[in-house]
Amino acid sequence: MNRLEMPSPAKARTVMEQLYKDLERRVASNLVGICPIDMSRAFLELCHAQSCGKCTPCRVGLGNLKDMLQKVLDGEADMDMIDQIRNTAAAIMETADCAIGYEAAEVVFNGVESFRDDYEEHIRNGRCTCEYGQPVPCVAYCPAGVDIPGYIALVHEERYADAIRLIRKDNPFPTTCGFICEHPCETKCRRRIVDDAVNIRGLKRMAADYAGEVEPPKCAESTGKRIAIIGGGPCGLSTAYYLQLMGHQTTVYEMLPKLGGMLRYGIPNYRLPKDRLDQDIEAILKTGVEVIYNTRIGDDITMDDLRQQYDAVLITIGASTDKKLEVEGEDAEGVISAVKLLRGEGLGTPVDLTGQEVVVVGGGNVSMDAVRTAVRLGARKVSIVYRRRVADMTALPAEIEGAMAEGVEMRTLMAPVKIAVNEEGKAYGLWAKPQMISTIKGGRASVRPNGEEDVLIPCQTVIVAIGQDIEYQHFEAAGAPVSRGRFQADKTAAVKGMPGVFTAGDCSSGPATVIKAVGAAKVAAASIDTYLGYHHPITCDAEIPIPNIDDRTPCGRVNINEREACERACDFDGVEIPMTRKECLQEAGRCLRCDHFDYGAFKGGRTSVW
Amino acid sequence: MVNLTIDKIQVSVPEGTSILEAARQAGIRIPTLCYLKDLNELGSCRVCVVEVEGKEKLVASCNNVVEEGMVISTNSPKVIKNRKKNVQMLLSQHETNCAFCIRNENCSLQSTAKELNVLDVPFEKHIEKSDWNRKFPLIRDNSKCIKCMRCVEICDKVQGIHIWDTNGTSDRLSVTVRGNRRIEDTECTLCGQCITHCPVGALRERDDTDDVWDAIGDKRKITVVQVAPAVRAAWGEELGLSREEATMGRIADALRQIGFDYVFDTVFSADLTIMEEGTEFIDRFSKGDTAKMPMFTSCCPGWVRFIKSQYPELTDRLSSAKSPQQMFGATMKTFFAQQIGVAPEDMVTVSIMPCTAKKGEVNMDLFYEEYQGHDVDISLTTRELNRMIRTAHIDPKNLKDVECDQLMQDGTGAGVIFGTTGGVMEAALRSAYYLLVGENPDIDIFKETRPAVYQQGWTEAVYHIKDLEIRTAVTSGLVNTRKLIEALKRGDVHYDFVEIMACPGGCAGGGQPIHDGEELAVVRGGTLRSLDENSTVRFSHENVDVQKLYENFMGEPNGHKAHQLLHTDHHAWEMPQK
Repeated sequence: MNRLEMPSPAKARTVMEQLYKDLERRVASNLVGICPIDMSRAFLELCHAQSCGKCTPCRVGLGNLKDMLQKVLDGEADMDMIDQIRNTAAAIMETADCAIGYEAAEVVFNGVESFRDDYEEHIRNGRCTCEYGQPVPCVAYCPAGVDIPGYIALVHEERYADAIRLIRKDNPFPTTCGFICEHPCETKCRRRIVDDAVNIRGLKRMAADYAGEVEPPKCAESTGKRIAIIGGGPCGLSTAYYLQLMGHQTTVYEMLPKLGGMLRYGIPNYRLPKDRLDQDIEAILKTGVEVIYNTRIGDDITMDDLRQQYDAVLITIGASTDKKLEVEGEDAEGVISAVKLLRGEGLGTPVDLTGQEVVVVGGGNVSMDAVRTAVRLGARKVSIVYRRRVADMTALPAEIEGAMAEGVEMRTLMAPVKIAVNEEGKAYGLWAKPQMISTIKGGRASVRPNGEEDVLIPCQTVIVAIGQDIEYQHFEAAGAPVSRGRFQADKTAAVKGMPGVFTAGDCSSGPATVIKAVGAAKVAAASIDTYLGYHHPITCDAEIPIPNIDDRTPCGRVNINEREACERACDFDGVEIPMTRKECLQEAGRCLRCDHFDYGAFKGGRTSVW
Repeated sequence: MVNLTIDKIQVSVPEGTSILEAARQAGIRIPTLCYLKDLNELGSCRVCVVEVEGKEKLVASCNNVVEEGMVISTNSPKVIKNRKKNVQMLLSQHETNCAFCIRNENCSLQSTAKELNVLDVPFEKHIEKSDWNRKFPLIRDNSKCIKCMRCVEICDKVQGIHIWDTNGTSDRLSVTVRGNRRIEDTECTLCGQCITHCPVGALRERDDTDDVWDAIGDKRKITVVQVAPAVRAAWGEELGLSREEATMGRIADALRQIGFDYVFDTVFSADLTIMEEGTEFIDRFSKGDTAKMPMFTSCCPGWVRFIKSQYPELTDRLSSAKSPQQMFGATMKTFFAQQIGVAPEDMVTVSIMPCTAKKGEVNMDLFYEEYQGHDVDISLTTRELNRMIRTAHIDPKNLKDVECDQLMQDGTGAGVIFGTTGGVMEAALRSAYYLLVGENPDIDIFKETRPAVYQQGWTEAVYHIKDLEIRTAVTSGLVNTRKLIEALKRGDVHYDFVEIMACPGGCAGGGQPIHDGEELAVVRGGTLRSLDENSTVRFSHENVDVQKLYENFMGEPNGHKAHQLLHTDHHAWEMPQK
């Protein structure tokens, strides 16, 4: 026997390692609509297989738990069983020696606590309370319910214009979303079970790139109804688009000189080139939307005026003002909000940061936009100051990577304390308290001071990017209920107590994504149409290709490249290098067509009209 | 056209054709358990898989379409091996008590297993538990359900009542009553379309044949049976008789051999129905009662259950006339019982109907003089009739054409077409014309407005009789019915008289012999139409026995006694039951 040997992994182990990876991807693509108790049982079985067998609670107890869950599922349990499950899980949690045991039991324990009604329903009626049905994952996770398998199939047939038409049925911003959508559709893409999610956002971008100009559909016969829409951002414009298609006349009131809201004045050109945004807006305006620019409701015209002049009013003013840091020195010269920085850029009156050291406070997507804009505005050094770690940032990973590649420094675990201000009232740095990562609270790691001295981060400009607020004051005075800084509306976007007034988008949901704004716009448009006494359907006549029966051979995902960091950091041109046609076809071919090869063939495959 | 090769045969089919349909056109039958053209193409059973050259994975042929140049094998060793495994998997979760299963020898799972030479099931058996009220006319046995979803789809897409739904995931997936209700508490119309489309024995009607045997065996009871028009168009299919051989006369012979004391043809009471319903219509029409909403026919109990649960506010728009089954039952227990000197209590009335909903309809009360009971005591479907014939080991080939019994023997061509969509309307109009004008119309004037058997929407026709304009509409299938009622309610259309039959194609497509994958309402309807064309008497008002019945017993159509015995109060029961 040798004292030590070089390890040589057995074949079984290599295969198992692969299995674990497969399992990870499979679990990650789990959908709603699966019985939580059955899933708990399956999970428990997996955990039980992990048990080494040393300790009683884990070796025996996990098996006991599994048997009890099985009885519940088989309708052989009584109500007392629920407490027995809970108490057994608690015992395992309390007494197991290692995480394999106590973590497994905790999942069951938490389940009993949070979906006890499911247990009861199983015992009483042999079924779940959860909504069954397995929707097409990407469509279900798209807030606007865009027909993703449909348009990917059209892209695969190179019918780009039809793809754009089909997207517009649910989202009149296909080009914009092709550039900047956060693509929640990809999170549960079933292709992950095979290899990796389809690059859905990338394919939408390709559809927009290749489609050319696509006319919007014909509007329904005029109803003579007039609707005022306050705010020309993605939600306001989307609602205007659908209402025009339904035959109503909309007028958009925009406080700034151009339309687009945050898309124009919040998202930098390098992420969403303005000429591409204009393509979406032009198509929307072609439906006959009227626009009144440079008009602020409350200053130039009042809410009451609008209610008198129009058959319905929609408030979609977004979240257009910045949240304050609430620290000493915040009103010093050199402290600006990200909103202001980015709006200046959009208005063509950029802030001059040449040669400066810039600190941006915050870890979301807007912070990334701010730092990368600051780089492009000539700053010498740009740093992010963030209370937590990079892993805790809410910005998309690709945005963080992009910023880092452009030379942005990450000063993490630093909590801003105050702005250092000189005698002239100018900021010269940011005092921050060093933090250490701490316990998980609500699923997220918290921080606490690490006890070290505060540090001064020298800079000439501090950019605050910790969120946006809503300018609701005038509307509140006019009677719109506001709570926690947002307008209150019911599920149909109707404002309580103000018949004919609706609200949607960031100003009622709080700052969110473009696609959420579009999803809300669909609700608002449908509700306003109904309120006005109509039921105009929105549909698309593009025929969706029949899926092919090609084998689904595993194949890597085509990712989108960006221009070289050193080059792109010097201008505001688009940073992405789109897919080639060949890549586009391969990527579109990876779609598993869950609208056909799936439960969707039975129920919920396609919503072709709304 | 797309050109491809299936099992070495060159096939050319239109673009978009499924592989399975392309194979059918080439005379190749691909086995399937879940597929129903246009209704259920979800590819769940995976029995119809085929091998496509160049593809690693087998492909479901039912919901994937042909491509140019495809080379397909529907019976390669790989196909057969894997198809067989899938059938074995299904059998491992199927209660295979075939010997006493209602679908023995008419079960697609059984025949597919046989065809694939399945001689064992190498898996552990897991049978779903089944809990059902066996007294309800429609019985579901989930221990046999193969989760093909046909019942869900037919109820959703054709009937629009949405009784069935799935529950659970993985192998706990179960097809059950939607919303965790008991079937008896639902809006189920009892149309039985789920039964006739079930590939196995998971759905069936309640079998009442034992009760009939008991009645026949009871010396104190006189058994009287009636046979609905549509039965003659279908019963022979299961018994190896051609459409020409399978006559009403032979059914009568079989029923006598089985031991019934009296045998009648429901065509008689169909004619009676026309006299009552036709008279009622003319009365309501001339009073202006149909100016806003039409009068609806009331002979289909599935439809009556539908309107009472879906549009209770329209219940009074139904004709108050009982259905032919009930009218006959009432006449048997009163007039006929009197004639043969039997107390109604000692008479057991049985009906042979192409219908599961009739099993619900027989609950209707009959009160006459001292008698308190039912018009009809037991209602059997055509399928149960055939079971009785088999049980009595009667050789169908030896049956002879015999006549029904006297006193209520006559039947006209108008009564025969009650069994197919449009027939009630046509029969009613033939006599309404006579009642209004005093002479018979040219019989062909109604021919051109006959509905297609599987239509979308409805068929309308306007008739000008004297200076009157009568607007009519006919449809079958309850999704169509809902569309029609919605259009009526919106005021998009206006009719005076509307015929509805719950089953697509009418009774011909109802509780009849089951042929998996075939829809026979068109053929059966055609049989009834030609029986009418070959009848010597084609007007209900010319039925001599019906005339005598009025003369000797009922009085006038819609008169006092007729109302008492031949009409009903649709509000007397609730739907769904409370």
